[in-house]
Amino acid sequence: MSRYASDRRAIEALVRPTEVHRDIYIDEEVFELEMKHLFANTWVFVGHESQTPGKGDYITTEIGTQPVIMVRHTDGEIRVLHNRCPHKGTKIAIDRAGNTGKFFRCPYHAWSFKTDGCLLAIPLRKGYKDTGLEESESVKGMAPVGAVKNYRGFVFARLNAEGPDFEDFFGQSLSSIDNMVDRSPEGRLEVAGPPLRYMHRCNWKMLVENQTDTCHPMVAHESSAGTAIELWEQMEKPEGTKKPMAMEVIAPFMSPYEFFENMGIRTWPNGHGHTGVHHSIHSDYSAIPGYFEQMVAAYGEERARAILGENRHNTVYFPNIMIKGPIQQLRLFKPVAANRTLVESYIYRLVGAPDMLLERTAMYNRLINAPTSMVGHDDLEMYERAQEGLHSDGLEWVNVQRLYAPDENFDEIAVENGTTERQMRNQFHAWTKYMTMTMGGDA
Amino acid sequence: MAFPTRDDLIDFVYEEARMLDDGRFDEWLDLWTPDSFYWMPLDYNQQDDRHVTSLLHEDAFMRKLRIERFKGERTFSQKPKTRCHHVLQRPFIDHRDDEKGEYTTHTSFHYVETRLDDQILLAATARHELKLIDGRLKITHKRVDLLNSDAAFGNIQMFL
Ligand code: FES
Ligand SMILES: [Fe+2]
Repeated sequence: MSRYASDRRAIEALVRPTEVHRDIYIDEEVFELEMKHLFANTWVFVGHESQTPGKGDYITTEIGTQPVIMVRHTDGEIRVLHNRCPHKGTKIAIDRAGNTGKFFRCPYHAWSFKTDGCLLAIPLRKGYKDTGLEESESVKGMAPVGAVKNYRGFVFARLNAEGPDFEDFFGQSLSSIDNMVDRSPEGRLEVAGPPLRYMHRCNWKMLVENQTDTCHPMVAHESSAGTAIELWEQMEKPEGTKKPMAMEVIAPFMSPYEFFENMGIRTWPNGHGHTGVHHSIHSDYSAIPGYFEQMVAAYGEERARAILGENRHNTVYFPNIMIKGPIQQLRLFKPVAANRTLVESYIYRLVGAPDMLLERTAMYNRLINAPTSMVGHDDLEMYERAQEGLHSDGLEWVNVQRLYAPDENFDEIAVENGTTERQMRNQFHAWTKYMTMTMGGDA
Repeated sequence: MAFPTRDDLIDFVYEEARMLDDGRFDEWLDLWTPDSFYWMPLDYNQQDDRHVTSLLHEDAFMRKLRIERFKGERTFSQKPKTRCHHVLQRPFIDHRDDEKGEYTTHTSFHYVETRLDDQILLAATARHELKLIDGRLKITHKRVDLLNSDAAFGNIQMFL
């Protein structure tokens, strides 16, 4: 029985001002509709240009659950193609990264395609003479996605040909990507190694919401961050011993509520937002020798201070990534099923900056976001307990009410108390908008 | 122990795994030198342990933290606790230098971790760098390579 298919009223009814229905997280049909509508109408992160630096370099990935190839075409531009042979559907590439030269060649019957997807050749083509192949969809080759935008090295795509414009969709939220890239004295990032890949048996949105959930660190992470602080205090050490880098990374998770309240949350239209408007858990890291001087040389002192003075914590780009400007990390929350999400955590090198910055970034990634991370373990535990708990009929609604104000207007940029759940509500507002945008019926 | 025999080295590796399986974590922590590292790379053949991501790269402080966390009252992912089980192939002695008291072993093993109804099986290789200090073997470095290190994992909570 279909409860939701293309019924915009039923979808809209799942989101109330201060609560959302559990089917948003557990219903397979809602999930299918997300893939069909939400992930097709929005601009979704695909990859970073440094993952495909040379012509013919490609990666395979997914937009929502759609398999795609991001490839650098012979003209030097990045293309995003559906990873599906127009002949019989075979995936053209399955390795996570590689170089295909000037063209892709399907391994099944050797149809070949230029790196912009256009059909190049079919063996024994005379077999299609007078069959009407020229009028078929297949003759067009590998289908490109609807639209692609490379913003300062970050490649986004929209599956649908029609839809919101890139700049309209992201607006001023792009300032977080800007800040991350500007932290390189050369204004350039490079991916550093493969991502962590962490499988979560929960809905993808739980992860996205968690990025601006500032009331959980001191609770869920007490066992790692709290124990770290205790151990450090108990440790015999000479007076004035500098905290090791690992302590600097992990200890701020135990910061008290006021710290998170005062850090602030900013929301932008279309579901984007960030924690850490005024300060964040990344504010008090030790200076890395030589870095500030490099920044001053590149940008001048005033601008260098402005760039480094911005310490945004987590920026959510709706629908499914989070970036951390101060430590050059990006986490991609890939939906697999209603109850399954693959999290890929990437790190980037600030080109022209000291290696020690990258060392801290790699450490952060490992300590906080790895499947072997003491911090990650407790987050995953909470998501999976929630995914199971939502099947309880004790209550069908999930509460997102903290610091709710009647008549919230998500089309306006707002800065609020850092413990508000406004950003979660902002995401659900955008969720409804992009879910129903292509459903027909009256808004 | 004058110089460790082949059996001494092999026994050490087996005993280390047994401590983890038995949950004798404090004894296990004591097997390491103060400046030693436990390293689990993310990528097959990874050489750099600092400038790309690893699964684990833990010094003495981080190892102790992980062990203390296991014991904690509010360690939610350890309520109930994880248990583990190693099956080792006989270690190879890849290198021995009695003059310096330095030894390297190479051990293939299967590792099972369980909690509630979940159980995972991992295939891995451990490379132990050992040093004879005051007549006792100590670990200066342990590298664990998962056969499928690039796969997507759920939680892996214990030391392998
Ligand atoms: S399926 Fe690709 S060439 Fe036949
Ligand atoms: Fe968390």
